[in-house]
Amino acid sequence: MYKILVKQQLAPSVQLFEVEAPLIAKKAKPGQFVILRVNDHGERIPLTIADFNREKGSVTLIFQEVGASTLELGRLQQGEFLLDLVGPLGKPTHIEKFGTVVCVGGGIGIAPVYPIARGLKEAGNEVISIIGARSEEILIYEEEMAAVSDQLIITTDDGSKGIKALVTQPLKELLDSDKTISLVVAIGPVIMMKFVAETTRPYGVPTVVSLNPIMVDGTGMCGGCRVSVGQENKFACVDGPEFDAHKVDFESLMARQRMYKPHEKQHSEHIAGKREEGCKCHSH
Amino acid sequence: MSLLLTKHPMPEQEVTARVENFDEVTLGYTLELAKAEAERCLQCKTAPCRKGCPVEVDIPAFIKKVKAGDLDSAIAKIKEVNSLPAVCGRVCPQEEQCEKYCVLAKKGEAVGIGRLERYAADTARNKGEAITAIECSAAAQKVAIIGSGPAGLTVAGDLAKKGYKVTVFEALHLPGGVLMYGIPEFRLPKDEVVQAEINNLRKLGVEIIVNAVIGSTFTVDELMEKEGFDAVFIGTGAGLPHFMEIPGENLNGVYSANEFLTRCNLMKAYRFPQSATPIHVGKRVAVVGGGNVAMDGARTALRLGAEQVSIVYRRSEKELPARLEEVHHAKEEGIEFQLLTAPTAVLGNVDGWVIGLQCVRMELGEPDASGRRRPVEAPNSEFVLDVDTVIIAIGQGPNPLVQSTTKGLKTNKKGNIIADIDNGATSKPGVFAGGDIVTGAATVILAMGAGKKAAAAIDTYLQGKKECSL
Repeated sequence: MYKILVKQQLAPSVQLFEVEAPLIAKKAKPGQFVILRVNDHGERIPLTIADFNREKGSVTLIFQEVGASTLELGRLQQGEFLLDLVGPLGKPTHIEKFGTVVCVGGGIGIAPVYPIARGLKEAGNEVISIIGARSEEILIYEEEMAAVSDQLIITTDDGSKGIKALVTQPLKELLDSDKTISLVVAIGPVIMMKFVAETTRPYGVPTVVSLNPIMVDGTGMCGGCRVSVGQENKFACVDGPEFDAHKVDFESLMARQRMYKPHEKQHSEHIAGKREEGCKCHSH
Repeated sequence: MSLLLTKHPMPEQEVTARVENFDEVTLGYTLELAKAEAERCLQCKTAPCRKGCPVEVDIPAFIKKVKAGDLDSAIAKIKEVNSLPAVCGRVCPQEEQCEKYCVLAKKGEAVGIGRLERYAADTARNKGEAITAIECSAAAQKVAIIGSGPAGLTVAGDLAKKGYKVTVFEALHLPGGVLMYGIPEFRLPKDEVVQAEINNLRKLGVEIIVNAVIGSTFTVDELMEKEGFDAVFIGTGAGLPHFMEIPGENLNGVYSANEFLTRCNLMKAYRFPQSATPIHVGKRVAVVGGGNVAMDGARTALRLGAEQVSIVYRRSEKELPARLEEVHHAKEEGIEFQLLTAPTAVLGNVDGWVIGLQCVRMELGEPDASGRRRPVEAPNSEFVLDVDTVIIAIGQGPNPLVQSTTKGLKTNKKGNIIADIDNGATSKPGVFAGGDIVTGAATVILAMGAGKKAAAAIDTYLQGKKECSL
């Protein structure tokens, strides 16, 4: 059992949990993830480690309530427990002094970009960060990102904060500028990562993305998370989750992510039904 | 009285009922049936059956007790050497092991040794057998066991009984390895049998830590250098699924058998949405492969509501590696067999879903290195199987996580750990290995046999180590 030490609402439907997990905190590195299970009938959900505190023995997880399981997770309170938490899983980000790097985070993807940006900064890189969201109210980790970046660019789809644009616009401007960009790291919705890859491709700038396919065990035993990278099948949980963005088959990844759409709907309805029943009981 | 040349049949669920549920197919003997079957044993002095058992259970001795109706003594006899009898009685390929050597098998059917072992174990469990914890001395040496499948659990049981302090590390959230995620509920009930048998080990004093991935949470070197373990046993199995490497394998509706079975068995996706893990099964399913895993995948798909399920295998029926009993059950349940057939591509629609499996017919040519006739493609025999789900069950390799993070641990070309076949010793002092991680995918009981030998060798090694430090 893993205690929730801190629970914080970051944005509508975006939650932060700081969870007691000393063994994971001791080993965690930027780019790695955990798999958790809320309760006995729960599914195994992968979440990237957004931060870790080795002294306190805790890891920070940030998630968006997008389906039945994340809604159940979001209902847990500070002081309550997650049933299962395993990690750190996956390969850590390759961090060294590259020169000038651009870290791109979209939506909930800003959270996992943060420890990578911090790691790159600590390694002596000039870090330029671009973070984007649909609108200001769901923009997370602005202060944290500012603290580890030499320059922070904010974009929103509706222009409520920063530039009214997609993250690829300031990225292209940077690539066109006099600066030599040595590396781009992008995490966010698959469609965003795909367009970041297409933006940097003509410039030949090495680009790394962190993929989020469907996972079950997260230790390499099922291949549910397989992705095609450079025509070769890779398991994102053990070979990744980070890959060379210019070699990833994003179309296939997006199709595979849609595999359980009808099930997700059915599960949400089941959970909603159960809650309704519960309410009726109370009213009697 | 003349010798009865056939086994007493074991009651089973009716076919029409059982394909609709995940309950166990075979129902086990009653006391009367068990006693009657035990009567068939000739109590041979030489006991040839024992040489077929990888853990050498004293078979005539326990059967004698069953015959007398003394079930307490029967299970005690078995448990002297076998920590998981309720599991072994169900999933061992007895026809290749103990029962193969039974003298009755020369004239008719062997004694139902597996069924009697299962009966003894189930009876003990149902009446709530008392298990006394084994006291560890404060100075007891510590052994770490990596992986809680059949090999690891056997080592754990044997060493705990010898007074060592044993800790098992398991990466998943429940212990049992393939017994939990691989073998289906309808062959091996999870809560009632597997977890109950593992809980008996806990009661003995074995500590089991789940959600611990060795190679990440701890490395083997850390376990030995920092966490104070005097010896380590690696039993991480063969859990890395092989894919066919043909076009279309990443389409939606294509599963590795590992994923399909893990979702169903470990995550209980057959209870979706009460269980949160979803599983997709279409109307027409092809399962590629001919082993027990393929049979398990096919029979699982049927129970999940598929209308038509086919086994696609490149050799003929004679070469099917699955147990006869499994093939028989599969056929009874209506699984079709596309034999001498090999897939060449998975076909999909524009949305990325499977719509067919392109195959070729095969013919058997000259015997290959394994002695089996090599399948060769029949000219102009290409055709398409009309399916919407494909389950790939063509084998598994070793997961490299432990080997790649352990200094001085030698592996072979396939990535399996190199270990002495007689004692499990690896190239690294104090580190032993056994089961599928050494041999490649094999059977539950062979993994337990390897565990048995390794436990004895670890005992010898630790006694030597103790004397050196005195």
